[in-house]
Amino acid sequence: MSLLKLEKLVKDFGGLRAVDEVSFAVEAGDIFGLIGPNGAGKTTVFNLITGNYVPNKGKVIFDGQVLNGLAPNKIVTLGVARTFQTIRLFKALSALENVLAGCHCRMKSGSIAAMLKTPFQKREEKEAIQLALAELDFVGLGDDADTRSDSLSYGNQRLLEIARALATQPKLLILDEPAGGMNEQETDALIEIIARIKARGITVLLIEHDMSLVMQACEKLVVIEYGRKIAEGLPEEIKVNKKVIEAYLGTDDEEEGEACF
Amino acid sequence: MKRNIIYLLLALLLAVSPAFLNAYWVDVLNNVGMYALLALSLNLILGHAGLFHMGHAAFYAVGAYTTAILNTSFDIPVLWTMPLAGLIAGLFALMVARPIIHLRGDYLLIVTIGFVEIVRIALINNVFGITGGANGIFGIDRPYLFGFKIRKPHEFFYLIWGFMAVTVFLFHRLENSRFGRALNFLREDDVAAEGSGINTTYYKLIAFVIGAVWAGMVGTIYAAKMTIIAPESFNFWESVVMFMIVILGGAGSIRGVILGAFLVIGLPEIFRGMGTISDLINSLFSSFGVTLSLDFSNFSKARMLIFGAAMVIMMIFRNAGLLPPLPRKYPLKKIREEMRIREEVRIREEMKIGEEMP
Repeated sequence: MSLLKLEKLVKDFGGLRAVDEVSFAVEAGDIFGLIGPNGAGKTTVFNLITGNYVPNKGKVIFDGQVLNGLAPNKIVTLGVARTFQTIRLFKALSALENVLAGCHCRMKSGSIAAMLKTPFQKREEKEAIQLALAELDFVGLGDDADTRSDSLSYGNQRLLEIARALATQPKLLILDEPAGGMNEQETDALIEIIARIKARGITVLLIEHDMSLVMQACEKLVVIEYGRKIAEGLPEEIKVNKKVIEAYLGTDDEEEGEACF
Repeated sequence: MKRNIIYLLLALLLAVSPAFLNAYWVDVLNNVGMYALLALSLNLILGHAGLFHMGHAAFYAVGAYTTAILNTSFDIPVLWTMPLAGLIAGLFALMVARPIIHLRGDYLLIVTIGFVEIVRIALINNVFGITGGANGIFGIDRPYLFGFKIRKPHEFFYLIWGFMAVTVFLFHRLENSRFGRALNFLREDDVAAEGSGINTTYYKLIAFVIGAVWAGMVGTIYAAKMTIIAPESFNFWESVVMFMIVILGGAGSIRGVILGAFLVIGLPEIFRGMGTISDLINSLFSSFGVTLSLDFSNFSKARMLIFGAAMVIMMIFRNAGLLPPLPRKYPLKKIREEMRIREEVRIREEMKIGEEMP
């Protein structure tokens, strides 16, 4: 059974059909790429999976459960974590606290336990900090635990978002343009981190414009254009797919298309 | 560490101050304490969760009236009604906040202003025939604590500031917990907070409820202190003052809010005494043969002007308040060390297993 399955997903914004009967399935353990030209509806698909939008038609099935209509925080608890296309960190808080936000949904003690400082609350708090530090180490930000998140470099802010998402202990990690704004070295480091995430047994679904990253990291790709799926397959197949090249370049010139990848 | 010593000294100074002050100034300190408590409870909602709530006086009123009604009609001792006043204010907050909790920023602000007005007008109209209408309720008993009747200002001083000590202790813990962080996450970015698995609606509501419970309990103290309460004591202006204290002192910062209360409530009283200062200057200059006729005695009338100007200047140059919150401290070194030791133990055990294997 697939970990994540989209069944004929439709999303309308007024008269505009942003996502038009998109279906695909992500197998557990995959690194799955969702690509397409600007405005194709990739992020909308992500927002439908994570519960930020409710689909007009179709189903999102994760781990055998229909996600339609569930609140985003509930979906996170079920095991779907995400990062955002435009970085959305808690700016005034430290890197550690940002990651602790991810730990939140696996913790239990509430306001009264906090006021009484029960032994359980103290232990849980310590364990959460340990977990958060481990995730910071995992993305290579272990030394920046105390740094205010908005004073980190752009690339590191993206990594911090990944650490925050990992701290929710997800089964599926959704990355929305993780390499956006990164330089070449940072992108290489990111590819290596994605491979290590896979090694932890976490399935990865990502949107990316950086084709070198997509071709190196992803094992399977889906291409969408104008809200419709136009191709699906292995990276090598997608690379030479006529429809995809046309979508990206609006031309039949295959040589130019090859150069793009 | 150095900071803690300063706080301790200030607390000690405050604790012995009634011995050196007359009843009037002790009462001023009592007022500062009451507003500081109210502002601390508002601080959870406005400072930590970032919800623009300008209707806090409504919860304060519910608490005060609960105490007044229970005490005058059912003869329940005043301090016994305190938990109940908190509970009813909390339930009231839950009821009125639930339908509007999704509103953001200024929209929420407008609706919460509605809270205060609805409560005030309901009280004036003697709702359910138990609030005494525009005259309010009088004849509320003085509180007894361990058989000791609290009546004079300096006795109330210890009740109010004792409650303050408990509040600061509990709220400090609350701030430095999963709960306090969750409020900050939703203040910083509620989409990202939800995307990180935080139930933002729940936390916004709980912030309202805890804030209201505390405001309700302060209402009990108010009713006991005044022995007479009327709807006009809980008007919109009260909410504005609490709001002002939090923003001026430092949203999300306990020490900032207390400083804010001293400035907003205490300063006008000091301004009132400005007449003596101008007399002093006049007499000083006249001894040198210079005739001045300064008169600062009307200075207190200009206090709103000064406050207004101070707020504007603050918002431009120091928009996080006078004493903004400090970053939370975590015992990272200690926890790192523990992690390292655990890792070493793990490796050693693995090696042991490796040795036993062949």
